[in-house]
Amino acid sequence: MAKIATREAYGKTLVELGEEIQDIVVLDADLSQSTKTVFFAKKFPERFFNMGIAEQNLMGTAAGFAASGKIPFASTFAVFATGRAFEQIRNSICYPKLNVKIAATHAGLTVGEDGATHQAIEDLAIMRALPNMTVICPADSVETELAVRAAVLYDGPVYLRLGRLAVETIFDENYEFKLGRGVTLREGKDIAIIATGIMVNEAIKAAQKLEKDGIDAMVINISTLKPIDKEIILKAAECGAIITAEEHSIIGGLGSAVAEVLAESKPVRMKRIGIADEFGQSGKPDELLRLYNLTSDDIVKEAKKLKAY
Amino acid sequence: MSLSQEQIDELTEKARLIRRHIINMITEAGSGHPGGSLSCADILTTLYFHVLKVDPKNPKWAERDRFVLSKGHAAPALYAVLAEKGFFPKEELLKLRKTNAMLQGHPDMNGTPGLDISTGSLGQGLSAANGMALAAKLDKKDYRVYVLLGDGEIEEGQVWEAAMCAAHYNLDNLTAFVDNNGLQIDGPIDKVMSPGIIQDKFKAFGWNVIDIDGHDFSQIASAIEQANNTRGKPTVIVAKTIKGRGVPFMENEAGWHGKAPSRQQASEALRAI
Ligand SMILES: Cc1ncc(C[n+]2csc(CCOP(=O)(O)OP(=O)(O)O)c2C)c(N)n1
Ligand SMILES: [Mg+2]
Repeated sequence: MAKIATREAYGKTLVELGEEIQDIVVLDADLSQSTKTVFFAKKFPERFFNMGIAEQNLMGTAAGFAASGKIPFASTFAVFATGRAFEQIRNSICYPKLNVKIAATHAGLTVGEDGATHQAIEDLAIMRALPNMTVICPADSVETELAVRAAVLYDGPVYLRLGRLAVETIFDENYEFKLGRGVTLREGKDIAIIATGIMVNEAIKAAQKLEKDGIDAMVINISTLKPIDKEIILKAAECGAIITAEEHSIIGGLGSAVAEVLAESKPVRMKRIGIADEFGQSGKPDELLRLYNLTSDDIVKEAKKLKAY
Repeated sequence: MSLSQEQIDELTEKARLIRRHIINMITEAGSGHPGGSLSCADILTTLYFHVLKVDPKNPKWAERDRFVLSKGHAAPALYAVLAEKGFFPKEELLKLRKTNAMLQGHPDMNGTPGLDISTGSLGQGLSAANGMALAAKLDKKDYRVYVLLGDGEIEEGQVWEAAMCAAHYNLDNLTAFVDNNGLQIDGPIDKVMSPGIIQDKFKAFGWNVIDIDGHDFSQIASAIEQANNTRGKPTVIVAKTIKGRGVPFMENEAGWHGKAPSRQQASEALRAI
């Protein structure tokens, strides 16, 4: 299967949507070639606004567009969207519950060589903490297209977490995406692996490896981190052990969200796989994933430890 | 005091070396930002080989002059200058951007000797420079602080908060450069988000403004001297530059902002330099 980056799928979907929905406007902050809003800019130049290297103004202007009946997509790198413009997102977008779609690319370590300053490892945590915010982290290009479309149909602020790296396509045209719903990709009874973003593919591979060792692992994709699908997490808890996997800090992201649900309703043993409260660094994406223990083998190792407990 | 012909020749030769390093580093790394590294190479060369009081043997020397590369993506230029100056072995240059290497894609002050601050997220360097200049005044030290900004970078609001602050506190120990190469990623700055007349904006914020050709060593050196002799306000040196300077096929091409040359392009570039 061809590898496609979720940012690429986002850019293409935006063009299709631009055709269908005249109210869509797109704003970027001097990164349109990287975020792939350049496709939209070429097709609909009159509905594309380059705000320059000014992320706070990017978010504030998007709020104004939304308050005037438009459906603005605001794009830049995840670090700058959620970091530089945090308070604009909080007070100008989330508090008034404005219909702004923040599509942030280059999330996570797989940014690669640009290094720690450009690798958002805390964006899910920050965005999840905001009232009125919906947070989505798609696993591949198919899910990205569906998520972008669902975001447009939903009236309110959405944070879409997208990646730079071309990743395997794991879903086909039959895949169904519902905002706020997790998806069971594999049934299992011994342990449940709950993953988001690029770690979903690693979770599937891990389950296949575990099967050979006689461990029957359930695999769940949580692409909507907020509102989170409590039901599916409680179903996973039936396995008695849960592993979460995300390309994000273990603080505040998927692992935290799952732990919050479990702690209040059905505590089971769990292990969070993610970036262990440290910054990334420059390097090749696959090397970094190995260095920071974000591979299917790491999931297998932790699953076995958890089962042996 | 203008530069002697001998000094100009020396700086010219150094800058040539720096440009060669920049091309070699980025080619070896397979990614990075050649355009903006080449455009500021002459300014960094003049600073480190003619102006700054720094000690490669003692990078944290308290009395040293400070330099903030606010446009952190030009790290290859700064790394090359620091290595040539002797802050760390030149072998490190070719490990740029590799896993577990010293030289990160953007400057990391805790990993690289000679760096005064970490940068990479645009718009934050002038504030850090202000802090350093204020600290110098507080401690009655006479080190000076230099900072280099991109002309696209000054679209960030924080730059103008910092500009106001530097003038308010009469930071005459602070000198800023704007690397005015006219380009950012998505195209010419005047197309993407025009900052208007950069000189007038800084003037309106209370700064002393000097205009120069950023590839003319004599002009760079005498502008710095003028800045150092200005009392009561910060100085900005608006340096007209050419993005990709020194490599004909990269010059004035926005496409060479953040792309590594192929091996073949690299040898062509090295020949031109
Ligand atoms: C806050 C922030 N937003 C966006 C970027 C991505 N980015 C890196 S370089 C660049 C363009 C910089 O243009 P300019 O300041 O003119 O630099 P130069 O032309 O000297 O390379 C952008 C948008 C960034 N590093 N930081
Ligand atoms: Mg520029």
